[in-house]
Amino acid sequence: MAQLTYRASVSLAIAQSMRKDQKVFFIGEDVGAAGGVFKATVGLLEEFGKERVMDAPISEQAILGAAMGAAMTGLRPIAEIMFSDFLAVCWDIVANQIAKTRYMSDGQINIPLVIRTANGGGSKFGAQHSQSLENWSMMIPGLKVVAPSCPSDVLGLMDSAVKDPDPVIFYEHKSLYAFKEEIEQTDISIPIGEANTLHEGKDITIIGLALMAQRAKEAALILKDKHDINAKVIDLRSLVPLDLQTIKKSVIETGHVLTVEENPRLCGWGAEISSLISEHCFKNLKGPVTRVTTPHVPLPSADILEDNTIPSVELIVNEVIKKLKGE
Amino acid sequence: MVDKLNDDIGEEKRLQLWEMMLKLRLVEKKAYDLFLQNLIKGTSHLALGQEAIAGAFGVALKQGDYTFCTYRGHAHTLARGSSIEGVLGELMGRQCGLMKGKGGSMHLTDVDKGVMGSYAIIGAHLTIANGTALASKYNKTNEVSVCFFGDGTTNIGAFHEALNMAKIWNLPIVFVCENNLYMEYTPIHEVTAVEHPAADRAGAYDLDKIIVDGNDADEMLRTAEKAIAKAREGKGPSLIEAKTYRHSGHSRADPGKYRPDEEVKDWMENKDPIKNYRAKLLDFNINEKIISEIEEKIKDQVEKATEISMASPIPEIKEIYTDVWANGGSEWHN
Ligand SMILES: Cc1ncc(C[n+]2csc(CCOP(=O)(O)OP(=O)(O)O)c2C)c(N)n1
Ligand SMILES: [Mg+2]
Repeated sequence: MAQLTYRASVSLAIAQSMRKDQKVFFIGEDVGAAGGVFKATVGLLEEFGKERVMDAPISEQAILGAAMGAAMTGLRPIAEIMFSDFLAVCWDIVANQIAKTRYMSDGQINIPLVIRTANGGGSKFGAQHSQSLENWSMMIPGLKVVAPSCPSDVLGLMDSAVKDPDPVIFYEHKSLYAFKEEIEQTDISIPIGEANTLHEGKDITIIGLALMAQRAKEAALILKDKHDINAKVIDLRSLVPLDLQTIKKSVIETGHVLTVEENPRLCGWGAEISSLISEHCFKNLKGPVTRVTTPHVPLPSADILEDNTIPSVELIVNEVIKKLKGE
Repeated sequence: MVDKLNDDIGEEKRLQLWEMMLKLRLVEKKAYDLFLQNLIKGTSHLALGQEAIAGAFGVALKQGDYTFCTYRGHAHTLARGSSIEGVLGELMGRQCGLMKGKGGSMHLTDVDKGVMGSYAIIGAHLTIANGTALASKYNKTNEVSVCFFGDGTTNIGAFHEALNMAKIWNLPIVFVCENNLYMEYTPIHEVTAVEHPAADRAGAYDLDKIIVDGNDADEMLRTAEKAIAKAREGKGPSLIEAKTYRHSGHSRADPGKYRPDEEVKDWMENKDPIKNYRAKLLDFNINEKIISEIEEKIKDQVEKATEISMASPIPEIKEIYTDVWANGGSEWHN
């Protein structure tokens, strides 16, 4: 039994995958000698050497292009994009090339690669280093979208992502890097596409991802303690593939749904989930599916501004009370 | 005058190159005819006039080597040995097409032949080609990756990122810029800071400045063989700028009116790689009968492949839903 941070679980997860499979290598900016700007890849260069842990130039297109080409031959690269915001400069490689090549080639080419990237706000880094961009990749057929909320999920989902024959974007949340968990077994595997229940309850279903899943869980504890509301908190873990069955099962029981998203409102993943729920569970609903998101603004930097933009535990609690008690 | 005594290429290889170029030319012409008959839909970019470049590399490369080309890639695909009906069938959206109609003219792919795809977003494939080269280095195999692109492509960031990465990691790759003097409809010199769009940038990445007459098939073959050998020996990347010209417009819809008549005429009449190579074969005393027999053989192959493609069924509608994922399907929720 050891206490592991989310940060340490990232380097451990990569190391475990690299120990198991010689085909796995790791490429990114400042990832080797420097151990990553978030220190999430410390020790990898020492263990695996320069052939397998490659410090790349500031060339996001070239990094993902090289990872893609290598994956096309059967290698299993893990490529780091330092901040998810930087995906914008290599979005062609992600959205046009990595996502579509299998389909366009009629299945001749598989692209078994993992793009891991630091995502999300909370660090007061401003609008270009704090975004939650899972939605961007969710819209593109051909990409799997994973966002772990805790160290054990980092370990288990990374193992699956590396083994996955399809491209996976692995969004690590910056504000979770310091999150600690007691872990018995580190070499674990969690299938991609299985949601996790963080809190049991039959009054309302709260659906979250990454940091928002953890905040939803905190909210659920308060709701239970102080307001006698039992909320079921579903941590989606991945947007694609999506565990619709787990959502459905809970909605049938609760009839109330709140999604909690860190992204701006328009076209957030909660909108898709809301639409799926109205298609699949309309008769079970006792009220509208509602969404908590950031307002539709770029993320501001100052403490008070950022804190009031990203959904807080308090906001989630209040939204639930409003929904259930009409207060 | 040709120097027959010091001939480094020889009759056998020349005939191979002749056959290859002729195949590329006749298939492209057939593709054009099929458009006119409305049997090919969508867009298409012909490499008519540029056959010596793809042809020379086709002859110089080995099984197992990787090639990456652009939307102007029918010739480059055929040059690796892909079947004519695979190419024409794909253009016509038939089941016999290389990707059964899933990709179309701009995305020809034939992994068994080393054709790692045709790419339609300018610049991307230079970075991806580095990846197969990196894999060859990682696996300590000696395959070479070759990446073809146009003059216009030298002005996009990915070109520069890719060259730098190839150099710092000493990758076994050959970048081939086919400078056909135009990026789409604009003369390349009007939008480029240097005279030779690729070669003048080579120095920035500590690469040799290599400019070759891309319509001289022998010179093209020598240049290709040299760069491939260098890559195979672990001596790193090359950047070749091959000067050439396309006979047709940029794409199907383009009559190419922005080019001066005199210029077009000069390239068509005096610098046509196929016409000139035929004359060269005769200069080397190669029997005209052999040359013509090859012509007949290729014509015949193209006709047969056209028949096969026309007879091939169109794809089944259910194909829409296949092969997004490695499990063969397209499901995104349970
Ligand atoms: C990123 C991007 N920008 C623009 C285009 C549109 N486009 C297609 S081909 C082309 C011209 C490319 O010229 P060049 O690289 O010289 O190749 P050529 O067509 O002459 O073979 C352009 C601008 C594109 N496909 N991708
Ligand atoms: Mg051009």
